[in-house]
Amino acid sequence: MSKKLLLKNDHIEGIHTLPIYRANGGYSVLEKALKTMSPEAILEEVKTSGLRGRGGAGFPTGLKWSFLAKPEGVPRYLVCNADESEPGTLKDRYLMERHPHILIEGMIVSSFALGAKTSYIYIRGEYFYIARILEIAIKEAYEAGFLGKNIQGSGYDLDLYVQVGAGAYICGEETALLESLEGKRGNPRIKPPFPAIAGLYGCPTVVNNVETIAAVVPILEMGGAEYAKIGTEKSTGTKLISASGHINKPGVYEIELGIPVEEFIYSEEYCGGISGGKKLKAVVAGGSSVPILPAELILKTSAGEPRMMSYESLGDGGFLTGTMLGSGGFIVMDEDTSIVKNLYTFARFYHHESCGQCSPCREGTGWMEKILLKILDGRGDMKDIDLLWDIQSKIEGKTICPLGEAAAWPVAAAIRHFRSEFEEYIQYPEKIRDIKHYYRLQETATA
Amino acid sequence: MTTTEIQFDSETLALVNNMMKRYPEGKHKSALIPVLHIAQAEFGGWLSVPTMDYVASVMNLKPIEVYEVASFYSMFNMHPVGKCLIEVCRTSSCWLRGAEDVIDHIEKRLNIRVGETSADGMFTLKAVECLGSCGTAPMMQVGADYHENLTIEKVDTLLEKFKDENKQSRYC
Repeated sequence: MSKKLLLKNDHIEGIHTLPIYRANGGYSVLEKALKTMSPEAILEEVKTSGLRGRGGAGFPTGLKWSFLAKPEGVPRYLVCNADESEPGTLKDRYLMERHPHILIEGMIVSSFALGAKTSYIYIRGEYFYIARILEIAIKEAYEAGFLGKNIQGSGYDLDLYVQVGAGAYICGEETALLESLEGKRGNPRIKPPFPAIAGLYGCPTVVNNVETIAAVVPILEMGGAEYAKIGTEKSTGTKLISASGHINKPGVYEIELGIPVEEFIYSEEYCGGISGGKKLKAVVAGGSSVPILPAELILKTSAGEPRMMSYESLGDGGFLTGTMLGSGGFIVMDEDTSIVKNLYTFARFYHHESCGQCSPCREGTGWMEKILLKILDGRGDMKDIDLLWDIQSKIEGKTICPLGEAAAWPVAAAIRHFRSEFEEYIQYPEKIRDIKHYYRLQETATA
Repeated sequence: MTTTEIQFDSETLALVNNMMKRYPEGKHKSALIPVLHIAQAEFGGWLSVPTMDYVASVMNLKPIEVYEVASFYSMFNMHPVGKCLIEVCRTSSCWLRGAEDVIDHIEKRLNIRVGETSADGMFTLKAVECLGSCGTAPMMQVGADYHENLTIEKVDTLLEKFKDENKQSRYC
């Protein structure tokens, strides 16, 4: 039986409205926190819970909060990162669309813990209709006295705003997000200083993912120690997984961290197996930027142990034989999938989304896209595979923000695990005709 | 469109002024992206230089501050687009589930290629990067609306509907 914390009320109609959210226990955590807990006590609970950032990096949330500078007379900010743009990821959208109040309640108690008087939810522009859902829910929360001045008689004031972006993957990177929130281009900042010292408007700021902030609600409800009992030692709690690709039941699932990958792919409770009864070829387990793994390595580690849905098990073997939990964007590919073509869609994506600030990323992403297109156009050379490897290695670690790594890792992993497929396209260009819509590639190459 | 036509009505102007007050004193530039969304929706679905200059004057910014932001974000159209902008996601998850079938079909139906506008100025077709609809792929966005789990039949019905409604795509 699956453990549900964030989506436990998913079946309740109208749960996006405040009265029904409240009737099902909503905002009781807020009342408890603001009336009976100190900010320090909340921080301790979050630390004890072992919660790790759900945006992709998996950094311990309590530790991130504890870095926040608190100089006298300087405002502090909490900014919610709802820029969800990592290909394969749709969990934050799902949560905000159906459960806006759990995010708002999480924002209020987290802002209280951090001492923020103004907080923002920065949401990607394309999610415009969800920004509207959030705005309606925020209005309800103001009217019920959960936002504004002297919340529930606690003496604590908070204003919460929704800010829409305008289409830029890079704004999911926290310093680019802050630049964008300040009305600028989304160019990541050089760190240090980290946002905890100098973030929004130069003030101490915490930026947390939607799911991370929402998870603070069940953590305070049950206590950090109880939350830490769920999942595994290093991957506590539950995680929203966005399942997509060639599976029978794509969608968003809340899992207890630590369940077997095999169960997640094949059980009826989750993905329901590969569509059309085909065989599994490969999985990108944590959003487009994490290394792709072939079927045998996603189901079992190189030591032959069952692979689990957790930070440590997916990471087992490093990048040679493992991958990352990342954002939980779980993309499944069947036996007929062209790994090279899939990689081309990623390379094109990263080229499109590079902010252009650092040369290795700006130039490198473009070259990788071009070389992949050349191979898929039947003009590839064996040397191109090594050239791709060389380019990705010269991006990784040489850029201001992790978009460089995000663009490099998928290329490296595809070559590492599927080199023979590249070689086959180069040696037998007629094989390219097996890729559906291969003619579009040729047209793009000609253009 | 001439410069004289580019002017928010009093209601929109009040909304814009209100938006600028959401931020701490002196930080009203934070409202730039939301205001550009409004300007794009109000003034023909794209951001012409006069439109951007107008936004700069309303927000008390230098025009370059507006140009550099407008040109950075993919939702801001720097060239005219059709009345109804169709954006089909093409990244991995959507590609795996047939995004190219959808794109091919729309191209044939509207007799345009990706990036082009139909001769009557009604439709522009764009292929865009991941819109977070991977679990309901393939999909397209038209204005603020997500159309998901697309089939060729569903696309046909939608295109007919947009034509009949003379649909104008808007994010806000």
